[in-house]
Amino acid sequence: MSLLERESAGVVMTPDNIRSKRLSVVVNFGIAVAALLLSAAIVLGTGIGNWVLVVVLGLAFYLLGLLFVASRVEGRRAGRDRMWKTLIYSACVLAILPLASVVWTLISKGYSRLDGNFFGSSMNNIGARDPDGGAYHAIIGTLEQVGIATLIAVPLGVLGAIYLVEYGRGKFATTVRFFVDVMTGIPSIVAGLFVLSFWVLIVSPWFNNGQPRFSGFAASLALTVLMLPTIVRSTEEMLRLVPGPLREGAYALGVPQWKTILRVVLPTALPGIVTGVMLAVARAAGETAPVLLVAGGAAAINFDPFAGNQSSLALFVYQQAGDASRYAPARAWTAALTLVAIVLILTVAAKLLARRNSLSK
Amino acid sequence: MAKRIEASNVSSYYGSFKAIDSISMTVEPKTITALIGPSGCGKSTFLRSINRMHEVLPNARIEGSLTIDDQNIYDPDVDVTAVRRLIGMVFQRPNPFPTMSIYENVVAGLKLNGVKKKSLLDDAAEQSLKAANLWNEVKDRLSRPGAGLSGGQQQRLCIARTIAVEPQVVLMDEPCSALDPISTLAIEDLMFKLKDRFTIIIVTHNMQQAARVSDKTGFFSIDKTGDPGRLIEYDDTQKIFSNPTEKKTEDYITGRFG
Amino acid sequence: MGDYPSRSENAVTGDPGVAPRHTRAAGTGVSPSSYDEPPIGGGGALPRKKSFSMESGFRGLSVAAGAMVLVIIVAIAVFLISKAIPALGANTENFLTYTRWFPNESNPAFGIAALAFGTVLTSIIALIVAVPISLGIALFLSHYAPKSLATPLGFTIDLLAAVPSVVFGLWGRDVFQQPVNDFSVWLNKYFSWIPIFGGEGPFGQSIMLGGLVLAIMVLPIVTSLSREVFQQTPGMNEEAALALGATRWEMIRIAVIPYGRPGVIAAVMLGLGRALGETIALALTLGLVFNISFNIIEIGGNSVAANIATTFGEANETGRGALIASGLVLFAITLVVNMAARAIIYRRREFRDSAA
Repeated sequence: MSLLERESAGVVMTPDNIRSKRLSVVVNFGIAVAALLLSAAIVLGTGIGNWVLVVVLGLAFYLLGLLFVASRVEGRRAGRDRMWKTLIYSACVLAILPLASVVWTLISKGYSRLDGNFFGSSMNNIGARDPDGGAYHAIIGTLEQVGIATLIAVPLGVLGAIYLVEYGRGKFATTVRFFVDVMTGIPSIVAGLFVLSFWVLIVSPWFNNGQPRFSGFAASLALTVLMLPTIVRSTEEMLRLVPGPLREGAYALGVPQWKTILRVVLPTALPGIVTGVMLAVARAAGETAPVLLVAGGAAAINFDPFAGNQSSLALFVYQQAGDASRYAPARAWTAALTLVAIVLILTVAAKLLARRNSLSK
Repeated sequence: MAKRIEASNVSSYYGSFKAIDSISMTVEPKTITALIGPSGCGKSTFLRSINRMHEVLPNARIEGSLTIDDQNIYDPDVDVTAVRRLIGMVFQRPNPFPTMSIYENVVAGLKLNGVKKKSLLDDAAEQSLKAANLWNEVKDRLSRPGAGLSGGQQQRLCIARTIAVEPQVVLMDEPCSALDPISTLAIEDLMFKLKDRFTIIIVTHNMQQAARVSDKTGFFSIDKTGDPGRLIEYDDTQKIFSNPTEKKTEDYITGRFG
Repeated sequence: MGDYPSRSENAVTGDPGVAPRHTRAAGTGVSPSSYDEPPIGGGGALPRKKSFSMESGFRGLSVAAGAMVLVIIVAIAVFLISKAIPALGANTENFLTYTRWFPNESNPAFGIAALAFGTVLTSIIALIVAVPISLGIALFLSHYAPKSLATPLGFTIDLLAAVPSVVFGLWGRDVFQQPVNDFSVWLNKYFSWIPIFGGEGPFGQSIMLGGLVLAIMVLPIVTSLSREVFQQTPGMNEEAALALGATRWEMIRIAVIPYGRPGVIAAVMLGLGRALGETIALALTLGLVFNISFNIIEIGGNSVAANIATTFGEANETGRGALIASGLVLFAITLVVNMAARAIIYRRREFRDSAA
């Protein structure tokens, strides 16, 4: 057997001893403390930074120390395993920090204007010295724009998904599916520019004595472009989950395909489709750029989405953020809190709905 | 190389569910031991307990002791990775690493252990593939993806990968259940050949296979669903299949149950 | 099939009452709107006569809806080009190399060099910061955290993705700017010999602030997609690695990462696409200065999208055309990035399906 040759060549690494020393928790903790102390001594001793640097440098020292000590005690491979584990855990902690800060700021700064006036009045005739003024007009705008966009995007998106799942075969279907995915990545500002150049500058003058006109509807069109791919994709996924035998059962009864789709397939997939629509709505409600470009923003209430400038909650946040009034930041943060609340409620509800959905299990 | 394995009162759990109950058995070096029994009787769980793969699953734990040449592999100061290197495992479905070539698959374990020298790796790859009766079929396409081989070839590739790290025990969890009869025969031939070097424990649903390849056979069974699996009888294969002591064993091998 | 009201009759209202036979619970929720004519275009191949079967009518509608996606993408290109051409014709400087933006003068002069530079630089910073952290979190969620921790944490990351960009922009400007400013001062004090940390100040609304805010926004996208591909690693490959005696990290290195690599690359590119197109967050956090400088801590920086949002208000016709031209460039770049990312995902999916 050539096994012996290999043994003489030093390939055999199987240890007869399966025991190995483990790095105890105490030692691990000790390394951490030592690293932190060393870091503090260096940083504060030389005065090159504050406690943040102490922590960062301390973590770096800890990682090096851990790698060194663990490699000595447990072996090189175990040492590396420990180092990567520590790095991966640190990544999580690092990501939680900004998130916590955003949430905390939203609540602490947004709380101040959470009053009836904010939700009941617009910014009409609100000057730089007026402390009140609200987002009523913006909320109306968001509801109308997102509502119309949903009305357009849902039928279109669901039909498109039906095409991909039920009818689509061959190259054309593959192309459509590919570009639906590509379309999810179109920047919202590009969608806004598209509707600006197409609807606002070319189509809207026909209805407005040759003058281009901003409108909430134009914003809806831009939001539709953004919602459509999300709805197609999520609906497509849900339709694919509908079991084949369910369709075949209907075909076997002589039900034509379109009726099967409308009466059997769609109702079965409905909860999942609703989830996808809610996520798309949540995304659309948070868009600022397209509304800025094609609805223009307004300080007064405008209930008519087809004529004249409208604002939206997201745009309100942006415009208050750029406002010089010392009362503007409070309005911006309260509007941001409202917006996040709406978006998160929609998202959480959608996810909970998805979790209860029997199809996606 | 090969070593003796001794299980005493091994019980394995998934959460609060007890999958096997106090299994005790001794496996001699350089033998093939077959574990047979109806589905869900815990034979695979027991097999996975032997190289501590059982605990990979969430909430899985184990009681009792399992020694390999008098070292308990469940002692707290034991390095799990060393145990698994010492006790290799071949799985039910062939599982070559899909992103690696045939060659890379075979030497994956060696590379983990720090073998870097190309000539050593080449040598080890050739030896292992030869030992797995696969060399002649793949020697011209070592850099092709391992996933491109047929099912039987993939399984032999996995065996080559397992024995490349020179384990002392090879566990096989229904290695032929996903293979056609000809590939199955090839694997069985291979087992006879490997017996010279390794202690082999194989879980199989196929009683003919157990009768053909093994020296000893353990019969596992459960009373009813939800009960833990037990080792009903463990003896020479010949005895189990010709003159079993237990009535249950006889029922099972004659096809009256399971 | 003739008993069904034709599409054109039904399209007027979409009211279930029009088709009483279909008001049963199974159909009411969706069907009326589904065979309703979509308000935007796409009705070319529809049956006009009753003798046509509903089947082909419905099929035609769905094909039209599917084709709508392609129509929209082509229309975006066509309309942006048509509005950009007059402005580009009036431009007195080279659009691609000029760094300033004066499209509203009587002699319009504008170029996207500085804007494109800022867009790319902020996106690169965002990816450099976000990708390692995202991959770390993705691995933590898929292979380290117990399920009781992974589920809520994954949920939180998904929620992070839903937070509107204007909120991150506001946070970046009002809250995050101060610590970044302190950090910039510190970097400048000790590392000013590295050009990117040089300069005299003032610091604050800089490329670094914009890039870091972008990083936070890109993070959830890259994390959730990478997590998904890591979770898809076949369990039997992970077990194969463990059974060879791999440590957890080694198992990740030889089984999880190679398997997930194409997916991770695609995730990073989708993150890049998002970063390139991000508008409002950068409009609120960058210094909005038109110059090309590698100094990332001094007040400065601008991006194509942010410039559109911030200068749109005072743009005249040529100015709008110029902004549309810059948007066209952004569209082309993000289209290429997204197509590349999707092509990778598609190839991987085919590979996986054929391997299974």
